[in-house]
Amino acid sequence: MNSQVAPATGGGRIRTPLPFPTMAKPAVADQQLRANLHRATRTIRGKRARVVDEVPDWEALRDAGSAIKADVQRRLPELLEQFEASATAAGATVHWARDAAEACRIVVELTRATGADEVVKVKSMATQEIELNEALAAAGIAAYETDLAELIVQLGDDSPSHILVPAIHYNRTQIQEIFKRRMPDAPADLSDEPAALAEAARAHLRRRFLSARVAVSGANFAIADTGTLVVVESEGNGRMCLTLPETLISVVGVEKLLPTFTDLEVFLQLLPRSSTGERMNPYTSMWTGVTPGDGPQDVHVVLVDNGRSAVLADPVGRPALSCIRCSACLNVCPVYERAGGHAYGSVYPGPIGAILSPQLTGVADNASLPYASTLCGACYDACPVKINIPEILVHLRQQAPHPVAERTAMRVLSWVMRSPRRWAAALRLARTGAGPLGAYREKRTGARTLRRLPWPASAWTRSRDLPLPAPQTFREWWEQQ
Amino acid sequence: MRIALFITCVNDIAYPATGIAVTRILRRLGHTVDFPTGQTCCGQMHANTGYRAEAMPMVRNYVDVFDGYDAVVVPSGSCTAMIRDQYPRMHPPATSVAARTYELSELLIDVLGVTDVGAEFPEPVTYHPTCHGLRLLRLGDRPLTLLRQVRGIDLVELGDAEECCGFGGTFALKNPDVSTAMLTDKCARVRESGARVLAAADNSCLAHIGGGLDRHRSGVRALHYAEILAATGAPS
Repeated sequence: MNSQVAPATGGGRIRTPLPFPTMAKPAVADQQLRANLHRATRTIRGKRARVVDEVPDWEALRDAGSAIKADVQRRLPELLEQFEASATAAGATVHWARDAAEACRIVVELTRATGADEVVKVKSMATQEIELNEALAAAGIAAYETDLAELIVQLGDDSPSHILVPAIHYNRTQIQEIFKRRMPDAPADLSDEPAALAEAARAHLRRRFLSARVAVSGANFAIADTGTLVVVESEGNGRMCLTLPETLISVVGVEKLLPTFTDLEVFLQLLPRSSTGERMNPYTSMWTGVTPGDGPQDVHVVLVDNGRSAVLADPVGRPALSCIRCSACLNVCPVYERAGGHAYGSVYPGPIGAILSPQLTGVADNASLPYASTLCGACYDACPVKINIPEILVHLRQQAPHPVAERTAMRVLSWVMRSPRRWAAALRLARTGAGPLGAYREKRTGARTLRRLPWPASAWTRSRDLPLPAPQTFREWWEQQ
Repeated sequence: MRIALFITCVNDIAYPATGIAVTRILRRLGHTVDFPTGQTCCGQMHANTGYRAEAMPMVRNYVDVFDGYDAVVVPSGSCTAMIRDQYPRMHPPATSVAARTYELSELLIDVLGVTDVGAEFPEPVTYHPTCHGLRLLRLGDRPLTLLRQVRGIDLVELGDAEECCGFGGTFALKNPDVSTAMLTDKCARVRESGARVLAAADNSCLAHIGGGLDRHRSGVRALHYAEILAATGAPS
């Protein structure tokens, strides 16, 4: 008999501690946050639309990106081994981590081996996912974020709320307060002008770059045939981290592979336009193992699974692994705009988070996330690698544990609706049952609607009137003719 | 051509006027419409809420009832999208009838080749393109093309028109705070438009937005666009 071991689910910051509707409640009520998110997402959305519309073969690029990622997913084991061989031949050391805990352990041990008690960090989703900063702190190693927004979030003892713009939930006055409070070398007369804030961060970070002996990064892409890692960024902090320290440790999700160097041609067009709304990002760093006498001489790559094999095993949900973390889906999502990133309880917020987090953890552990969407489809249209997010959301909802009362109601309704005879009788019953009430409401208010109902219907009537059945159903009108 | 009307469960019980309007438009254009009484519901609520197994009997019933027709017209973008987008994946024998299932504007423009249905409706109207019609069916400006031909109509722009109203089926009940926040913004854009009538291709979305507009006594009426296309100015 064949027995297969189900791939392990992932750990780290990818679970909602409370259901999404509960997590979203304070954000929806926070007018400052709503204003910050409204302004920021719409600004990026507009920039993206402008630079995407000017590319005549954008749809062909999306198809190419989607096809390359599907190919990677089909032969991931083979490509991973090819990457390991290429990177090792180039002088890097490749490590394999089953889950978040193992990945953290490897990075802690590598850092300890250098004798350093601090690391500088390039913005990286994978290290946020595995909660590396916390693991390093527990081992007595200080991790300094060097991306401006990550720095703001770290100084504010907060967590990122957006993939591209981790501090999107703050406005500049709030950032000024955080800097004044937590950045020891911030100028006393620091204003809330963006240039002044950036200058304060630059001076603060410059000292870190020059003293750091170990850097930790993620990677946007890992090239199987050459063993090259690629980091795409805007501020130049990444370039500093990737070139100045002696030791460089990169934590890379296994899905980040691309088969060949030439595949970058597609993704370096798709990513910046979808992400920051720029034709090309300011800094793209690539490194292949060790270059003697130039840059880090001690180069490590930690390949992390953390639930990705489980995602890979599901042919419908698998395209979630195609994500290139551009966050275009967040910026067009009406739910993200109102709920904010923290409501998703995971480092992956927004539509992509709603399909990725539950798959990494197993749906039962994140059961509210597949429902955190109206299925409006704006995310699918914006996705540069054409992940059909609504389709995957619906797919995951089939696996979610359903509340007993809801399941019972759905089954009864299905039993009624599967039979034309029962359905016609139910329509008649609803129409006659609601008849007197409808007539009364119509006489009193001029409309056959209800304004206030007890729980659970109050979820509807709290903000909308509810229509009552019409005096005559359509089929009754039809039969009367 | 044998045309059948799939009324949808929501329209049958709460919005019969929309079905009556579709029937009148097609008859006015010289077509015969059939209403097979064996029809029930497309199963969208079940399938999209995570009860695909419970939706399957409805999918099979739809195929049994409608497979013999040349065209099925549905006055709902999202039910049409359920049938065209999800049925072939859920139940391959549904593929053929799914391809012959049309939202009203598709039937009128693409199948029957009509844009002027002889309507008159002298009121300021704004149009909300509902999400599944917009992004799953790619209706584009078909409903607006039909509305532009209506005598006397004053079509006004809706700000952020393509943004979801926050209904999302059971989303409105499962996520009432976020849904209400989206609804509030949609209602504000509708009021700003200056329209007296909000038109759309889905009575479920219109029940949501209309329910919000009524709650705030905005004086704007939510109306399926079929009812505008059916209006002739003469008493019906």
